[in-house]
Amino acid sequence: MADSVEVDQLVVQRGGRVVLDAISCGVAAGKVTGLLGPSGSGKTTLMRAIVGVQRVVSGRVSVLGMPAGSAALRRRVGYVTQSPSVYLDLTVRENARYFASLYGTGRRAADQAVADVGLADAAGQLVSTLSGGQLARASLACALLAHPDLLVLDEPTVGQDPVLRQDLWQQFHELADAGTTLLVSSHVMDEANRCDQLLLLREGRLLADETPQELHRLTDTDNLESAFLRLILSRPDGSPTDTGPGERAAAPRSGPAAAASRPGTGTDLGGGA
Amino acid sequence: MSLWITFTTTGRVLSQIRHDRRTIGLILFVPGLLIALLRYVFDSEPLVFDRVGTMMLGIFPFTSMFLVTSIAMLRERTSGTLERLLTTPLHKLDLLLGYGIAFAVLAALQAVTASAVAYYLLDLDTKGSPGVVMGIAVSSAVLGSSIGLLTSAFATSEFQAVQFMPVVVMPQVLLCGLFWPREEMIGWLQAASDVLPMTYSVDALLEVIAYPDPTARMWQDVAIIVAATVVALVLGAATLRRRTP
Repeated sequence: MADSVEVDQLVVQRGGRVVLDAISCGVAAGKVTGLLGPSGSGKTTLMRAIVGVQRVVSGRVSVLGMPAGSAALRRRVGYVTQSPSVYLDLTVRENARYFASLYGTGRRAADQAVADVGLADAAGQLVSTLSGGQLARASLACALLAHPDLLVLDEPTVGQDPVLRQDLWQQFHELADAGTTLLVSSHVMDEANRCDQLLLLREGRLLADETPQELHRLTDTDNLESAFLRLILSRPDGSPTDTGPGERAAAPRSGPAAAASRPGTGTDLGGGA
Repeated sequence: MSLWITFTTTGRVLSQIRHDRRTIGLILFVPGLLIALLRYVFDSEPLVFDRVGTMMLGIFPFTSMFLVTSIAMLRERTSGTLERLLTTPLHKLDLLLGYGIAFAVLAALQAVTASAVAYYLLDLDTKGSPGVVMGIAVSSAVLGSSIGLLTSAFATSEFQAVQFMPVVVMPQVLLCGLFWPREEMIGWLQAASDVLPMTYSVDALLEVIAYPDPTARMWQDVAIIVAATVVALVLGAATLRRRTP
């Protein structure tokens, strides 16, 4: 299927530092794509660029066939920030209903989304009295109720109990089955196995763009943590300054042309492992 | 822009305040109490109280709405909800007008309670009608809100936002004619006073003190207040950036 999001040679600087260094990648439509990488690898910045709130230096990001941040996309893209962005001095229901009114989806969609994230019992509760996990789910509900075509979720499962995490991932897949494209970031490697496709990010560069299975096969390990490590070690340019940014960026696909061929044949895993 | 989104935003802001009883109490009753205090300060000079008390009916709502709005908007900026809102179909002016209307509603309630206390309990006397005073007090409050929305863009913390009150509001209070008639100030201070919007709220109230019916000058003052409010809102919208570094 075609990509919902296409990122081409994206460069972002924040505070004078290069945070994304000529990244090119795609997010497949109707799939759950995991954006994985350690803290500070640029996950949030990439997500911000995709939802169109990040000022970029160069490169192109297109979402659902339009430039990221286009006014027409605001109805079709849902974004949940890493720190829950809901109104602490409103109840869960009031928050959901307000966001529903912005998207024009109505009260029923709001109440349904609150129930979907397991907060039906806490709907009348002020958000400031919720636990961290509940807070994150309240924030998630305010994006789900928009029924977006693309849902960008920045670490939505942090701090959730294992049963709930399972539920949330199941919901993500149900949404994807219904045609929604999901981009979900995480720094927890064990969540990678739950994704259809993986984007591995480190220090502002794309390490890999594979399915979890391909990644296991290529790195010859079942453990994603060590897969990640092997990918890093296998890169010929361990030191970040000895080649130009164009060559270094995104080993599997270094440019728009490479973006057409998905298999990660460019990753020279044999060398270092 | 969408009227529906503007009004639901107003509703949302009012709901937030509704959950905060103490803020409601402070907004509604503090100005009345301060006016009462003023009444006894000028106990031996009822004519001075008529003048100063009426001017304060315009200055209190400006100040309190400035503070409340700038903190509310700052919270919106720092909590991440602003960034989120700007990824939704909400227009920047929907947000600012939504805030403006919500605080205008509060300001109207505040103006009514403060004026009621002043006129009916403290025997404040003006040639013009209390209704006109309340109207000017509300316009002054909305002006304060819109300037609060604008200045919140320059604060990155609540500490800073509060410090903007002495910077933005105090000079206006000093130069608006409350302490000393503007005509008797030295030239450059008069010029400074001319460009400060609170001057026109106070000037309009001075007209109501002196004349039984609304004067042309009063209407001109009100027009300037409305224009300054619109300018502050538009500048405020310009400070809301969808894309940030």
